[in-house]
Amino acid sequence: MAAMQGALEDFLRALRAMEVRVSPAEAIDAHMAVAEVGYANRELLKDALCVTLAKSEDEVEKFDIAFDTFFTREEFKGAMGPAERGEDDRLDRREPEAGQPAGGPGGGSRDRADEASQETSLAEMLLDNDAIALSRAMEAAADRARAKDIRLNTQRSLLTRKTLDEMGLRELEALINQLRGSGQPRDEALAERLAERREALFIEAQRFVERQSKLYASETGRRMREKILGDMKLTSIDPDEMKSMEALVKRMAKRLASRYSRKRHRADKGKLDVRKTIRRSMGYGGVPFNIVWKSQTIDKPKIIAICDVSRSVAAAAQFLLLFLYSLNEVVDKLEAFAFSDRMVSVNDLLDDEKLDEAIAQILKRIGFRPTDYGRALADFCDTHLDELDRHTTVIVLGDGRSNYVNPRLDLMKQIAERSRAVIWLNPEPETYWGQGDSKMDAYQRFCSVAKTCNTLNQLEKIIEEVLRTYSPR
Amino acid sequence: MTLAAQSLGDAPESHPLASVDTIIEGLAGAGYIASRRIATALYMSAHLQKPILVEGVAGVGKTELALRTAELLGLPLIRMQCYEGLDESKALYEWKYGKQLLYTQILKDHMGKELTDAPDVDSAMDRLHGMGDLFFSEPFLEPRPLLKAMRQDGGCVLLIDEIDKSDEAFEAFLLEVLSAYQVSVPEIGVIKAQTPPIVFLTSNNVRDLGDALKRRCLHLHIPLPDARLEERIVATRVPGIEARLTKSLVAFVQTLRTLDLRKSPSISETVDWARALILLHAAALEPELVRETLNVLLKFEQDIVAVEAKLGEHLAKAAEAAGV
Repeated sequence: MAAMQGALEDFLRALRAMEVRVSPAEAIDAHMAVAEVGYANRELLKDALCVTLAKSEDEVEKFDIAFDTFFTREEFKGAMGPAERGEDDRLDRREPEAGQPAGGPGGGSRDRADEASQETSLAEMLLDNDAIALSRAMEAAADRARAKDIRLNTQRSLLTRKTLDEMGLRELEALINQLRGSGQPRDEALAERLAERREALFIEAQRFVERQSKLYASETGRRMREKILGDMKLTSIDPDEMKSMEALVKRMAKRLASRYSRKRHRADKGKLDVRKTIRRSMGYGGVPFNIVWKSQTIDKPKIIAICDVSRSVAAAAQFLLLFLYSLNEVVDKLEAFAFSDRMVSVNDLLDDEKLDEAIAQILKRIGFRPTDYGRALADFCDTHLDELDRHTTVIVLGDGRSNYVNPRLDLMKQIAERSRAVIWLNPEPETYWGQGDSKMDAYQRFCSVAKTCNTLNQLEKIIEEVLRTYSPR
Repeated sequence: MTLAAQSLGDAPESHPLASVDTIIEGLAGAGYIASRRIATALYMSAHLQKPILVEGVAGVGKTELALRTAELLGLPLIRMQCYEGLDESKALYEWKYGKQLLYTQILKDHMGKELTDAPDVDSAMDRLHGMGDLFFSEPFLEPRPLLKAMRQDGGCVLLIDEIDKSDEAFEAFLLEVLSAYQVSVPEIGVIKAQTPPIVFLTSNNVRDLGDALKRRCLHLHIPLPDARLEERIVATRVPGIEARLTKSLVAFVQTLRTLDLRKSPSISETVDWARALILLHAAALEPELVRETLNVLLKFEQDIVAVEAKLGEHLAKAAEAAGV
């Protein structure tokens, strides 16, 4: 029973490593659940643990993987299978082999006999093809080799080696060499058989460590990658990382939305709502039993996002659009525009198309052309200036490089005056602003916030600031 | 002490919650086809005395599970629908203000008499205190769903529907009820359930629930069913439907679910559609008929337009999958 408890603890650790959150109280629940259903029926055990431990759809998926990986021990037989054909002559082979190390032929020295108890055990297990004993031995060896502390995929080969060493590989090898050198055909055949099964053992050990790494290390590796991605310059992320970036951005958008979209009213205790109180008191003959306080409706942010997709920001544009897309899924009122020399509304595309398709279409329609901020602002003001009011925040994503044409600062001023705030996120560092064809220093005057934003983490921080100003402090 | 354990003592084999298999069977008898995981969740909930948090897209049978469980166990179902702004006075209890008012009016004269022969102000106050407590006692208590559930001595099934629609404050308030099966009424004291109710909470994932709440619950996610399970569900819910029609209509719905729709049809839509087809005396899925009844399955105009455009293709695909 204690061993079983240990197994459950290990399983919980594996779950935690896979980012399924298991609190101590839930661990107790799991133990109680196991006490209720037992280990005999695997499917029942799986379902019972699943309902106690996995607390969201996402976690259920992870749980299923973890459970299936963790509780696969019979796989061992599969790999040892090919060696099984030696079954018939195994017994008579085993007899001499068992006696061999002790009363060994020729140069059998005494000190080797001390090792014998250990070394024969691995050799014997291999010859016996005793899958259960082997898997137990491997698990014990892995414990000694601390295979469960695996953190990174790169540790795998080292840990495989260590585990095998702990199982007594060195002694096995010595035995094989000795048998080979003995000159007796019978021993040589035995040596071949052992060598053959040693190969199978290698594969098995590799698979075992692989499983440990899948259980305990897969998430840490991913987490580390994502941490690095979060701080990486948007312009220097290569397409291979696009997928993980996408997941990261999505999660970030969801996090922001769930934090800021909840509260719609704030109770304001202290100010009496006379009208509602009198209305409610009607039922009690005018006696004010229910006192109603005034409450404040909290504005939900209305965001207008304008995204530069021209040549100069081409590398960052894809991520800015990616962010826009994710934000559009979670924020109620988002108007999105993209421009290089002209400005177009991309709301429909974000709403209707799938992510890749939307980004590709936007870039195809207006991307990678030389920028003209003046013209783009004029386009915006012509058609959408009316939509700006004191609830609207305008977010501009762009580098402010306008190819020396008129930047139309007057239009920028108008936009700033009509809206609640203008936030400009520039992928270039501040020291570049105003240099060359950059008009950033001029635009900056009209912005409530103008910041460098070239990593995902910065992006999140700034958007969080925007959303927070709408929420009660 | 648990509901199950109590009754299990009487008849260990025949109790509907005795094992996962009996639960599956029992629910099937009540018209609910449960997967093993659903049944296990119910089993664990009864034995560990924990509420079940049921999640899944709309129409997948979350509320239905609670209804059928109540039916299976022969217990009353107490249902509380959550919404934004739901508070204690609507969920737990309220004082019957009207009745209190009426009684004070009636007793006014009587009280005057009582108080006139009091020797001094202090003793008059004492008597008044005694009377005041009368008005805040059980007869003036208006129980709301949660209190009602706690006072069901024989146990009950408590369904807290769409918990994600309520405020966070209310969620925190629920914690006491869910972990200790008791509620505190300041004027009276703590009311503890004699038999802990079987509690279902349902959520559509409008917002993420707090960890504290999740920790106290068993979690059950009901996914959209595979074709075989769905066929069984349709056959149970729509008696008299032909097996061939069931097969092809389920295959069609399954095909729709693979598309990128704003709202994929869930089980309740499949059942509704099956009923509609029966009403129209359909024997097979004719394209014209499907086109006309598509609005039963799909609830957004864009979805309907998108599916209609390639209807023949989808039908062919479904027919292939169904093998008819």
